[in-house]
Amino acid sequence: MRHVTEEELFAYRERDAKGREAMAAHLKECADCRAELARLEEVFVALDAMPVPDPGEDYGTRVWRQIAPRLPEKRASWWRTFFATQRLAVAGAVAALVIVAFYAGKKVGPGATGVGNRAVVEAASAEIVRERVLIVAVGDHLGKSEMVLVELSHASPSETGKKLINISAEQKRAESLVEENRLYRQTALEGGDSAMASTLDELERVLMDVANSPAEVTPAQFESIQKRIAERGILLKVRVVRQELRTAETGRKSQPAQTDSTTRERNKV
Amino acid sequence: MVRMRASGEQPEGVAISDAVAVERTLAGEREAYRVLVERHSQYVYRLAYRMTGNKEDAEEVVQEAFLRAYQKLQQFAGNANFATWVYRIAANYAIDRLRQRKSEDLRREQPKRIAEGEPETDPLSDVKDAAPSPERLAGSAQLAAKMKEALDTLTPAERTAIVMRHWDGCGIEEIAAVLKSNTSAAKNTVFRAVQKLRLALQPFAEPRGAARAVGTE
Repeated sequence: MRHVTEEELFAYRERDAKGREAMAAHLKECADCRAELARLEEVFVALDAMPVPDPGEDYGTRVWRQIAPRLPEKRASWWRTFFATQRLAVAGAVAALVIVAFYAGKKVGPGATGVGNRAVVEAASAEIVRERVLIVAVGDHLGKSEMVLVELSHASPSETGKKLINISAEQKRAESLVEENRLYRQTALEGGDSAMASTLDELERVLMDVANSPAEVTPAQFESIQKRIAERGILLKVRVVRQELRTAETGRKSQPAQTDSTTRERNKV
Repeated sequence: MVRMRASGEQPEGVAISDAVAVERTLAGEREAYRVLVERHSQYVYRLAYRMTGNKEDAEEVVQEAFLRAYQKLQQFAGNANFATWVYRIAANYAIDRLRQRKSEDLRREQPKRIAEGEPETDPLSDVKDAAPSPERLAGSAQLAAKMKEALDTLTPAERTAIVMRHWDGCGIEEIAAVLKSNTSAAKNTVFRAVQKLRLALQPFAEPRGAARAVGTE
């Protein structure tokens, strides 16, 4: 074989050369070409010898101080403002207040003594409204969570042939849902609905798992997330609870009183 | 998740992801952008320093990159990685800065040469001629200084290409995007940069017999 050119040696080093095996064989035999390759390598050794001065640990803070006064105010669109995580937390807190009010109303309302008939009817109506709000809010939360889990479970990353799969969109949604979920779970626990709290607890673990994954994962990592979702059977549990809430919502419209049967059914899942 | 620096000026005690910080910034919370600046400044600085070769220019590139990223943040939404995005903005700004500096240097050089009646020379021959003796290059500090000189002779595109490829391990497609060229041209640009740097080091290369075998598999 003829001696290899500098460009070919560079391509070989970059693992880009055609006929790599033949070139490797030649390099084993030819001291001149080996020496050429070594000289080329010295360029990279020399580049590595070049230090970058350490700008200091507080460099990021200094940069911020320098640019902060020059940053124009951003006027957020209403939907972004609404969907920003912090706002979701506030929305969640409002939802939690509704839940707390619901449980408080449940304890005080119907069982209260010395209250006039009109007051009892008003309290009962308020309770129905609170309960409906709660059912709709939790149902909506579970619907959104289900959508994220379904998207992740049904994707087939290995078929696309991509080395990395971008799950940043699902991650963002999971992050938002974790905060909401926590509020609903705590309130369910405080309200004594252990079955609901347990399902929400499992859901929270899966959402956290997704939220804490890297934004880009390998197909193997992606499959591992899918496996964890499947192993916990969380999709099925979420669907069952959603169905119960839907039934309860329909039932509330015609019959205000709640039975314990839904809770018992949920406990079976 | 990474924990944020504990600071009295920082309103939150728990770290937020880049994605959340971007979302909050877009929602109008300017302070959320601080997280991104503090988290990625060092990374961007390393690129900027290698491209510009000095602290002052590097710091300017870092500031400008974060300012531009803030202004264009709406376009970023949905993209994969903020660090990669701001890196690219910094590389684009640095290459413009290098081109500007080169043309300013050229404007200053040309009248001087014409006045002295010197012929225009290839920058590579400048590197060779200005090369110090091998003894001076014995230590790595001298080697680094020599490389710094050699890097200064590269065109802005060549310097960008070698910095992105060698130090930051960027793919050819990414380099091509910053250079606004195709992958084949970007590959050639990296090679040309290596070739020039190699020529600059040639007078100090090891004797042929002493060369070690590298990359033979």
